[in-house]
Amino acid sequence: MTQWTDACGVNDIEEEDVIRFDHGGKTYIIVRDHEDNYYCSDGLCTHEDVHLSDGLVVEATIECPKHASIFDVSNGEVETPPACENLRTYPTKVEDGRVFVAV
Amino acid sequence: MGASLWRCSMTQGVVIIGGGECGVSTAFSLRFSGFDGPITILNGETHLPYERPPLSKGGAASPKPIRNAADYADAKIDLRHDVKVTEVDRDAKKVITSSGEALAYDKLVFATGARSRVFDGLAECRTLRTWDDAAALDRKLHDGARIGIIGGGFIGLELAALARQRGASVTVLEANPWLMARAVPTEIAKVVHQKHLEAGVTVQLGQGATSVTDGVVRLVGGGVLEFDTVIAGVGAVPNTELAAECGLRVENGICVDDGFRTSDPDIFAAGDCCRFSWRGQSVRLESWKAAQDQAQQVAASILGEAVPYNKVPWFWSDQYDLTLQVAGIFDPARPVIKRKSDSGKTVVFQCGLDGEIAAAAGIGVAGSTANDIKVFEKLIERGTRVDPMVLADPEQNLKRLLRAA
Repeated sequence: MTQWTDACGVNDIEEEDVIRFDHGGKTYIIVRDHEDNYYCSDGLCTHEDVHLSDGLVVEATIECPKHASIFDVSNGEVETPPACENLRTYPTKVEDGRVFVAV
Repeated sequence: MGASLWRCSMTQGVVIIGGGECGVSTAFSLRFSGFDGPITILNGETHLPYERPPLSKGGAASPKPIRNAADYADAKIDLRHDVKVTEVDRDAKKVITSSGEALAYDKLVFATGARSRVFDGLAECRTLRTWDDAAALDRKLHDGARIGIIGGGFIGLELAALARQRGASVTVLEANPWLMARAVPTEIAKVVHQKHLEAGVTVQLGQGATSVTDGVVRLVGGGVLEFDTVIAGVGAVPNTELAAECGLRVENGICVDDGFRTSDPDIFAAGDCCRFSWRGQSVRLESWKAAQDQAQQVAASILGEAVPYNKVPWFWSDQYDLTLQVAGIFDPARPVIKRKSDSGKTVVFQCGLDGEIAAAAGIGVAGSTANDIKVFEKLIERGTRVDPMVLADPEQNLKRLLRAA
């Protein structure tokens, strides 16, 4: 059975923005896109270990603050290099104003 | 000729001279865009192509490969190491290598990069450009070493930070009245200067060197300084000789059009070695991001799919725990406006003649200004006009401005 973790409130993240979520010794990001969808992925860029939570969210993409790799957070795919490896993503659900992630 | 025809009509394919960021990016962009002809990269170095930016930041331990060796094989990219091109025969559409081999091309790409500038009298100085340079320097930057650095630009200052962090004593000599004078406004330069002073670096501004012999630096004013190792970071010279010899137009950079095509329609140039027009200004950019952006444009041009080039020049520098980012090109003759900020970061910007946002720079710990500069980059790309007073106001959410733009 999926193990859901309560990560944050829906309004803890602004529209088209991101927060860092540390859990179980790992770091993740939770992104809210322009249409209020929530996504969760690994928090470090796959190119170098840079926290993506400092990056810019545009619709459902996030741009690494360091070297400008762009990832689609809905599926983790690299849209723009230098990153070559996709981001690992995790399921999310929204219930009672809270965002839950399965990490 | 249509793109689909190009994709399958090239029998000799594309030959790329240079195995740096730009050459490698061109090859993979072509392949990922569906080009299925032969692609050959002629790499002048013996190493698998690697990322250069870390060389001046973390030393030479083990540079990160741009792509793994298997990626080249998977993409059917013929990567050849230690190949020097001695001649380009444009009539026969062939390049001749130092081993005498002739390689035919349909399209040729110069991604020959740049090399460290060496002024008269400074030939003895160490310079940093390649992994081999970095490995040689690495052994010199140690605890107790006396390091002299001529040139307070990015390479010099990043190396100064690296040497200090390893316990060396470091002196930076800069001929201009402030650091990084060519690239950033004084507001940013002051933050960097202060950081180096706090770290114990001796910074001498307005101080040029006339010669270096056995670690002894003779200064323009007549003084003398002695070091164990002297490094020169005084700019780079584009590698354009080969292009000039085969008759391409060269003016401190191989001249290219908006599609990064040279004066020969079958030959392209991109990255540090080329000169192009950006918003009416003739520029040659020495940056990792520009190398990638321009490589993509070359690939699109070869495939007949290029759209007008609108990438904003962007680069970064890491020194100690600070990261500096610059988007656009600052005009030293125009005013610089500071976006008020109290959280230990500094963000400045500049508007162009028509009130459009033209350039922005930020410095702060790690990624603290990245978001701001990204938004500015997009505003610059769109040519957005915003009241500078609004932009300077820290209460204004930059991203909302972007959405409204």
